[in-house]
Amino acid sequence: MEDKIVVKNLSKVFGKDPGKALKALKEGKSKADILRDQKQMIGVNDVSFSVKKNEIFVLMGLSGSGKSTLQRLINRLHEPSEGDIYIDGTDITKLNQKELREFRRKHFCGMVFQNFAVLPHRTVLENVEFGLELQGVDKDKRRKKSREIIKIVGLEGNEGSYPAELSGGMLQRVGLARGLAIDADIMLMDEAFSALDPLIRTQMQNELLELQERMQKTIIFVTHDLDEAFRLGNRIAIMNDGKIVQIGTAEEIISRPANDYVKAFVEDMDRSAVLTAGAIMQPVAERAFTGDGPRTILRKVRKNGLSGILLTDTKMVLKGYIRAEELAEYIKMHQDKEDIPFDSSLVHEPAQVYEDTQISEVINMYTDHKFGPFAVTDRDNKLKGVIVKGAIIAALSESYVPNNHDEQ
Amino acid sequence: MLPFRVPLKDWITAGVNYLETEFAVFFDGFSAFVYFMVDNLKNGMLFLHPLILILIIVAITWYMAGWKNSIIAFLGLLLSENIGLWEAFVETLALVLTAEILVVIVGLPLGIWAARSDRFNAVIRPILDFMQTMPAFVYLIPAVMFFGLGLVPGVVATFVFALPPLIRLTNLGIRQVPKELVEAADAFGATSMQKLMKVQIPVAKVTILAGLNQSIMLGLSMVVIAAMIGAGGLGADVLRGIQRLQVGQGFEAGLVVVILAIILDRITAGFGARKSLNSQQ
Repeated sequence: MEDKIVVKNLSKVFGKDPGKALKALKEGKSKADILRDQKQMIGVNDVSFSVKKNEIFVLMGLSGSGKSTLQRLINRLHEPSEGDIYIDGTDITKLNQKELREFRRKHFCGMVFQNFAVLPHRTVLENVEFGLELQGVDKDKRRKKSREIIKIVGLEGNEGSYPAELSGGMLQRVGLARGLAIDADIMLMDEAFSALDPLIRTQMQNELLELQERMQKTIIFVTHDLDEAFRLGNRIAIMNDGKIVQIGTAEEIISRPANDYVKAFVEDMDRSAVLTAGAIMQPVAERAFTGDGPRTILRKVRKNGLSGILLTDTKMVLKGYIRAEELAEYIKMHQDKEDIPFDSSLVHEPAQVYEDTQISEVINMYTDHKFGPFAVTDRDNKLKGVIVKGAIIAALSESYVPNNHDEQ
Repeated sequence: MLPFRVPLKDWITAGVNYLETEFAVFFDGFSAFVYFMVDNLKNGMLFLHPLILILIIVAITWYMAGWKNSIIAFLGLLLSENIGLWEAFVETLALVLTAEILVVIVGLPLGIWAARSDRFNAVIRPILDFMQTMPAFVYLIPAVMFFGLGLVPGVVATFVFALPPLIRLTNLGIRQVPKELVEAADAFGATSMQKLMKVQIPVAKVTILAGLNQSIMLGLSMVVIAAMIGAGGLGADVLRGIQRLQVGQGFEAGLVVVILAIILDRITAGFGARKSLNSQQ
């Protein structure tokens, strides 16, 4: 595929005399030396890469690694100290302010920020049309376009709301919509989902991938989260100390880490909760409480079309699993009675896993022949969610699972 | 201690004389403009029947600050009219409004400039400090020197005294606009003017209005002092009360100043609060 963005030997120095710092760099001084000797900060150090059309290119690194700086160099929110940036063949480092403004309007879908950066005094609709308004698109046209995009990102019905009335997830949809409303093809996203809570975050990641299928933008996505990088990125550039240490697909980075730094990252990811029971569990649709009569429980089961139901006490502590067919039979046996007593023989031991249990372990428990879905609990046995057995397969096919789990 | 005296007062006198003669046209023009503003505002308001003006002010208060404040305004204004201080009230209002219009015309651009340029901010900051620490009476001297006695120097002194808070808070408000909002505007290709009008000023609005509110309060506090150089209005009545030891008369006029202050404060504070409803995040 063709290259959309080509970056050549790009450097950025924050300080009074970038030339001096760059010279010192070439003489082999380190970033820390220059900071100490010259009080100048190296943001990005001699970086070259290219981004292909319509790919999601992730810049990944810890804070201070220069990833956000690099992203801001690409639309010249930061002025490069050295090097060239070609976008569709134009060297944007050579543009004057007016040309740059025109170029941004034509080629960039603005930017999506971690803290959303929506305008507090404007409604959702007015925020989404912000970019078009700056370009001088007339009102009817930009309203129409904005409503279209609002529908696509799932904010329909909130057009008149003010940001103060929206949740984080919704605010970020506004941020996304504001960018997508522009008829341009490069989207810059800076830690766009990092401020969202984990469930919403996963959801937004999925939605971004869906949107990308439809809209086909070239996305540069900055994140410090390797899991997110691997989920979203067609290719990932791992940054450290202002340099790119490795560029590649998730597969390439996992299987052939370029150096110890990347290796440490990837290993860290393996141990972390990339795919745990907690990550793929679903909310509990319905549960039976101790003290519920058999008929009540059966109604709950039937209403939700389940083959059984988890039993908890009122404090959500897991007590067991009740099978629908046994329960129905039991009620049939006692159907002449008005008030059927609950029989503890109906309660089976549930298939229980903890939130932080690895999926690989969950899979091993398949052979245990317990009934029902996996009940996911915290360490105090409080029910947090369920994993329907089929869902594990789905989760595995959807995400990348590192293959060196053997030692654990 | 030193064998000579620093001729500070001679320098200043010379400087003022120079300005007076060289810029006579400017001072005369400015003087005419201020006089025109105050006079028209005053006559316009006096042209209306007091009750109509009272109802207009009450309606504005109601709209901006709710019905409770509007009742206070209504009672206060009725009292002012009743004790025979209506004309003085209107005159003071005209004077303060004129001074505030000048404050906005001058202060807002300077505040914006200070927010955008660190260098200008560094220059204007000590000047503002100086202006604010100087006793209010001192402003009367240059005002009188350039504009003589009467209404115009009163407006000028009020203007100078009330200017700093608007500049300061406009500067502060714009500097406090989250960096990402400005970056977002830049990333979409906003011009400098678009950034200012569509992002910075709207987001900083609450702070800027707080500055305007402070400025109006300071302006009102200058009213009595400005009366010493013949600015007229309520201040003149307070001053007369003091000079003739007529406690009652002086107190009445002082009370009406307070009533005016309360009304103007509620209206401008209400304006800030209304708009901030949408901007709490």
